Amino acid sequence: MAETTGVIEPAAATEQTGIHEDRFGPDTVREKNVLEVRDLKTYFATRWGTVKAVDGVSFSLKAGETIGIVGESGSGKSVTALSIMRLIPSPPGHIVGGEVILNGRDVLRLSSSDMSKVRGSEVAIILQDPMTALNPVFSIENQVGEAIKIHQGLTGRPLWDKLVDALRKVRIPAPEARAKDYPHQLSGGMRQRVVGAIGISSEPSVLIADEPTTSLDVTIQAGYLRLLKEIQGSTGVGIIFITHDFGIVAKMCDRVAVMYAGKIVETGSVREIFNNPKHPYTQALIDSVPKLEEKTERLRQIEGQPPALYDLPDGCPFAPRCPQATDKCREQYPTTSTASDNHSFNCWNPVSES
Amino acid sequence: MTTTTENQQNITRPSSDNKTERIVEVQGLKKYFPVNAGFLSFGKKEYLKAVDGVDFDVTTGKTLGLVGESGCGKTTTAKLLLGLEKPTEGTIRFKGTDITQLSKVGTREYRRSIQVVFQDPWSSLNPRMRVRSIVGEPLEINTTMTRSEVESEVGSLLERVGLNPYQANLYPHEFSGGQRQRIGIARALSLQPDVIVLDEPVSALDVSIRAQIMNLLVDLQNQFGLAFLLIAHNLATVRFMCHDVAVMYLGQIREFGETESVFTDPLHPYTQALISAALPSHPDIQREEIILPGEVPSPLNPPSGCRFNPRCPQKIGDVCETKIPRLQQQNQDSHLVACHIYD
Repeated sequence: MAETTGVIEPAAATEQTGIHEDRFGPDTVREKNVLEVRDLKTYFATRWGTVKAVDGVSFSLKAGETIGIVGESGSGKSVTALSIMRLIPSPPGHIVGGEVILNGRDVLRLSSSDMSKVRGSEVAIILQDPMTALNPVFSIENQVGEAIKIHQGLTGRPLWDKLVDALRKVRIPAPEARAKDYPHQLSGGMRQRVVGAIGISSEPSVLIADEPTTSLDVTIQAGYLRLLKEIQGSTGVGIIFITHDFGIVAKMCDRVAVMYAGKIVETGSVREIFNNPKHPYTQALIDSVPKLEEKTERLRQIEGQPPALYDLPDGCPFAPRCPQATDKCREQYPTTSTASDNHSFNCWNPVSES
Repeated sequence: MTTTTENQQNITRPSSDNKTERIVEVQGLKKYFPVNAGFLSFGKKEYLKAVDGVDFDVTTGKTLGLVGESGCGKTTTAKLLLGLEKPTEGTIRFKGTDITQLSKVGTREYRRSIQVVFQDPWSSLNPRMRVRSIVGEPLEINTTMTRSEVESEVGSLLERVGLNPYQANLYPHEFSGGQRQRIGIARALSLQPDVIVLDEPVSALDVSIRAQIMNLLVDLQNQFGLAFLLIAHNLATVRFMCHDVAVMYLGQIREFGETESVFTDPLHPYTQALISAALPSHPDIQREEIILPGEVPSPLNPPSGCRFNPRCPQKIGDVCETKIPRLQQQNQDSHLVACHIYD
């Protein structure tokens, strides 16, 4: 459901897209982008120096589409999510550049009171840990209702109906009774659903799911992922999955962006990335995961560890761990190359097609 | 259907004729935790049956995986094995001796032979101790090594897990997650144990580091003939690391067999559901997901009959609600399943 806000005329929007590089190539899908992130830069001032947690990230998201942002801890994937929500603690963090165009307007230019209205209604986030995302001293009714009250201005009976409806949408059995419960009375899976209910209660056009299932059991995880897909099917919400798990990407996403040291190093459709990874990091990540479907004799391991972000090398940050690195890699950051229409990567020595 | 062993008191173990040695034999292991039933319970005692009659062996040079959802009793089983909890019933034999009957001194001896690597490398290392002390402390306490011998042993242990001996002087916070887990492994190796319990050893680590640690564990096992008991909820990890798998549900083993056999031909409806729910390794893999209704029931009040029956998609009738299925052989000697479908 792409709501046009009318702030920027479609023509103006296209013109703007022309200026910036759209990492996903030409827009083939007819639907409009609900979210465009262009050259986003979020830096943190630390005593070791400036940490470029997100350094020039661009991607777009269409209504009803799911994109996975994959990376390890410190790759900047969560900071990207928080930057879109404008939830970066400042100081020490600052969004120093870029644009986040949500439904046609740049949320980075909104005043904080305007941003409060957008946050939770047009773009919502589901946090990783349902145990800490809910306040233990408020009832479910209170916490789900709060979001609805603020964003939709409902009170009394309509508010109650709406919140019960939100709980029903996330398949919480007996929602009227559960609404009166407190978080500790619910199981982990149910709590995660409540967090999901808060996320979707105001029918956002973009939903950011930050590792939403890492603390859940396999069967509960499967149920939750299926639920998100169903919600997407009925509301057309665009979903950004922040994850380190390629399994989630394989199951849920249409497109992937692989992040390393604050930059997107490869992006493309899920099938392209899995079948024909170009960046050695992407390939190594996919190969380093044991497979459920077949016996893996030995795992391919990536030597070393992710770099410290305050002291990045000049060239490609993956070069010290890369088996194919050359002198050029160590000196110069790779330019963006295109493998196919929807597939681009930043590497001087891409993996050759097998 | 193959012959059943229902009449036998205990389940028949896989008759593996390998030269490997059964180092730990667990039989009829039970752990009930008394639960305060509340003011109005009138002295009636309730028990949480965390582990309820579990049999398995741990063999040298092999890895046994315990799989199941949270609350299935896999961690309690590991604690019992480590001697951190006393079993309510059942025996744990280590090289033939029942460890539950051991004296204090004997227990201490036993604990040298069985070590553990924990899930979270951030909380399992004392932040105020240098690596030298973390890895060396077991040696100082349990051996008669001199200080310099301990020093050199710590150095070689660190090398064995892929760290530098000079890093012995550092504190845990100076290491990354993967390196910390290596320190935890070095500590577990220090007393040359026969068995190591691995409680979710890689789930807290970054993806690119997981492969390093898993490969390291496999190498160490091959090098020293270590027996591993792996607790993990990631089935792909289990398939990679384990020789045998035990699938637990509400305190009981419901399926047991060689990893390949269990993964290619899962017999129990619960195992089938678990595997179907696991994330695929490629977008083209479309598994038909078996949806289990509800969540794991409370172990305080487990369902009668087969404990899986309220959620089972293949329930065959009243027998599931009234009769507890026994683990029995299927297909091959070593593949056991507890389900009435195969009666």
